[in-house]
Amino acid sequence: MNVKIFINGLEFHEETAPDKILLDYLREKGFLSVKRGCETSNCGLCTVHMDGRPILSCSTLLVRADGHQITTLEGLQKEATEFGEFLADEGGDQCGFCNPGFIMNVLAMKQELKNPTEEEIKKYLAGNLCRCTGYMAHLRALKKYLQQDREV
Amino acid sequence: MNIINPAKATDSLKEVSRKIRKKDSMSLLTGKPVYTDDLAPKNCLVIKLLKSPHANAMIKTIDAEAARNVMGIACILTYEDVPNVRFTTAGQAYPELSPYDRLILDRHLRYMGDPVAIVAGVDEKIVNQAIKMIQVTYDVLEPVLDFTKALDNPILVHPEEDFSSLPETLADPKRNLCATSSEGTNFAEIYENCEVKVEATYHTKANSQTPMETFRTFATIDAYGRLNIVSSTQIPFHVRRILSHALQIPKARIRVIKPRIGGGFGSKQTSVSEMYPAIVTWKTGMPSKIVYTREESFTTGSPRHEMELTVRIGSDPQGHIQAISIYSLSNAGAYGTHGSTTVSLSGHKPLPIYNAAKAFKFDYDVVYTNTLSAGAYRGFGATQGFFAVESAIDELAHKLGMDPSVLREKNMVREGQIMPAYYNEVCTSCTLDRCLSKAKEMIGWDQKYPYRKIGEHRVRSVGLAMAMQSSGIPDVDVGSAEIKLADGGFYILMNGAADMGTGSDTVLSQIAAERLKCSVDNIIVHSADTDLSPYDTGSYASSTTYVTGMAVIKACDALIEILKTESAAALNCSKEDLDFDGRSVYSTKEEKRLTLSELAYKSMLGSNRSLSACASHSSSISPPPFIVGACEIEVDLETGKITPIDFVAVADCGTPINPNLARVQMEGGIVQAIGMALYENVSWDDKGALLQNSFMQYKIPTRLDVGTIRTAIESSYEASGPFGAKSIGEVVINTPAPAIANAIYNATGLRFRTLPITGEDILLGLEKLEQEAAK
Repeated sequence: MNVKIFINGLEFHEETAPDKILLDYLREKGFLSVKRGCETSNCGLCTVHMDGRPILSCSTLLVRADGHQITTLEGLQKEATEFGEFLADEGGDQCGFCNPGFIMNVLAMKQELKNPTEEEIKKYLAGNLCRCTGYMAHLRALKKYLQQDREV
Repeated sequence: MNIINPAKATDSLKEVSRKIRKKDSMSLLTGKPVYTDDLAPKNCLVIKLLKSPHANAMIKTIDAEAARNVMGIACILTYEDVPNVRFTTAGQAYPELSPYDRLILDRHLRYMGDPVAIVAGVDEKIVNQAIKMIQVTYDVLEPVLDFTKALDNPILVHPEEDFSSLPETLADPKRNLCATSSEGTNFAEIYENCEVKVEATYHTKANSQTPMETFRTFATIDAYGRLNIVSSTQIPFHVRRILSHALQIPKARIRVIKPRIGGGFGSKQTSVSEMYPAIVTWKTGMPSKIVYTREESFTTGSPRHEMELTVRIGSDPQGHIQAISIYSLSNAGAYGTHGSTTVSLSGHKPLPIYNAAKAFKFDYDVVYTNTLSAGAYRGFGATQGFFAVESAIDELAHKLGMDPSVLREKNMVREGQIMPAYYNEVCTSCTLDRCLSKAKEMIGWDQKYPYRKIGEHRVRSVGLAMAMQSSGIPDVDVGSAEIKLADGGFYILMNGAADMGTGSDTVLSQIAAERLKCSVDNIIVHSADTDLSPYDTGSYASSTTYVTGMAVIKACDALIEILKTESAAALNCSKEDLDFDGRSVYSTKEEKRLTLSELAYKSMLGSNRSLSACASHSSSISPPPFIVGACEIEVDLETGKITPIDFVAVADCGTPINPNLARVQMEGGIVQAIGMALYENVSWDDKGALLQNSFMQYKIPTRLDVGTIRTAIESSYEASGPFGAKSIGEVVINTPAPAIANAIYNATGLRFRTLPITGEDILLGLEKLEQEAAK
């Protein structure tokens, strides 16, 4: 099957098998920030944006992305750095393996929720597992990050 | 997090005790390709394993001919193709205390998932297709699955004649015994005479570490024809030795490199995945890789040892503990990886914390079963031991009619005491008493103990527990560091420890910067590569900061001496008159100085002296870090639901080198242990199939499941550690399970001695209580 997709603004044309998983395709193309942490859509490590909204690339077929805009962390370096610095200042990056998927979802949340409460933040990000930090450093960093442009 | 009473000796510190970012933070946070699978060559052969469908079986016949002919298959290996020399995958200092009881592939399959064949091909699809074409016939044997029935069972997990183990483990494979021991003094007599006694048996499960990065390794052949291994491992130097042993090739032909790794928690203290690419690449000459799926990490990983622990505690009526004993039965599973060492901590950590006891006894048996081979998991056996002992202490307190925190205050170890149950070591630094009072204050113990009703059927209760761990393995662990001055005046710090995300590279750099009186930004750090790094036992046993940190100090001191010697010659003055201020070596008598940059350039121009120093360190003691954990939970008596509300932990890790990283260690360990207490179960069906093989069944906590975690540090000063530091990484996982079990008792009157404790358990327990009351 033929697909045309845009990854971080670049156009890709591909002759693909119908069962090709988007996650595997992205890694093959060198977008290595995208990680796999499970096979059951539980961990959130593989989160990327499709047309600006977060999806799990492990359970999205490449053909589903046909004609769509895919964004990985490689395409959001400025935004990743901006939030990442808050996380780094809390020691909340740790092993780093869950960070790309987590940050992709944080950036999506920032677009979607205005002035989220602590509970709303936790719920939005509940699908992003982390085994190192215990999540508290994430929350501290998130509050400081969101505080910057909180609308009163 | 507030740090209370920083030790006087640390007041003038500049780089140590600073909450700086990890040196690799921004790379990790912007998704840079720095992990094993990101670095693997694109032309790697992909490796998959054909795994045993039976818990106990002998391969009768295996026919891989058709599979070998599949286009794109490069290599299929069966037990006939691998060296017939037994070894252990345990990452331990040589000679290992784990038995040599396994082969890369064996005809005897000892658990469901034990590898039958190694298949390598150009892509995953082809490999999966070939795996289906391998014809195997099995002689299916009855398995021994229940570890309480394994000892002296007629079914033997290791009937082979070439099994070997160090004599001190007392392993006896003809009894399914991986290790056994008995120690202690005059316990029986003192215990029998106690007026108040508690005896109970506790059961902890085989938790899975689940680092977000699963096991993975790739192998290549380098320009010198040597086998290069890049692996997500905590133990690069042990992997070199293990592979040499397993493949029967010289150690000099192997190089092991650890890139950034996505978490370990002990799982990668076992060489789980390295041998497969190693043998494929060694045999084919082609690069190869194996990346475990999450399912494979569950079914063929290396989880915590399941244990059953019987605790006996005797006390006088005033709560002075007289005698305490532990018997631990540990399930090694199919192979004895870390078997004897893990179980040892289930007694050696909980017993000395009740140092007031006059007598102690600690016995253990480690048994083989046809289940997944267990290994190391943060806390090692101490976590299991503390769940048992800290539950039993609460049971004793209730029998005495005493506040359990007061019982602990009466009996806890104090600074300066000799600890007979801890190898007679002196407790050189300890603020456990202050940790307890601070934790009680933070959780509001005196107002909240034991429980408060907050609704018609909702109760909030508190529970607490205390714990200790080690700081490295005394007279075993070796840490090393090499520091060199480069042109321009910056330093390169090489170490062999394996930063697994904890930030040890950063912590070691802070120690170096403090000693060299410079900014941490002036230190370039590298770990770990068995060709380039100085030797290190690896990152486990809470050793890196305490052991390798001291090696860094020694190396820095040696380098400063070299800089002074060189400066004395160059400046034509006496070395005794020279001092070092971090920027230059200068004379205290005359206007003479050489900057670091000048010194470095001099060393590169007609010089006979390299400006580098290397040092190793091993400690003859292992000063324990301490922690008190206290929780508040809510129990819904109508549904049984348990909700963690608040967890406070106060730790004594000596001087925290980086308070931010110490804090995250605490928070992360606590959340893992909340999972152990409430969610994470491992069980097998009657054929030996693992029932929890994905995150769907094996529930690790999400950010919605853990409530609030609050931490504080009550610093002591450990004179034998770098700038007063001890360890923090493991002790943090030991208190939540008992603290939560104790809080559940305080809320419901139900004592749960098996983990995890679920809402269903509560509801069934409450129903039973009602029925009993009705009688």
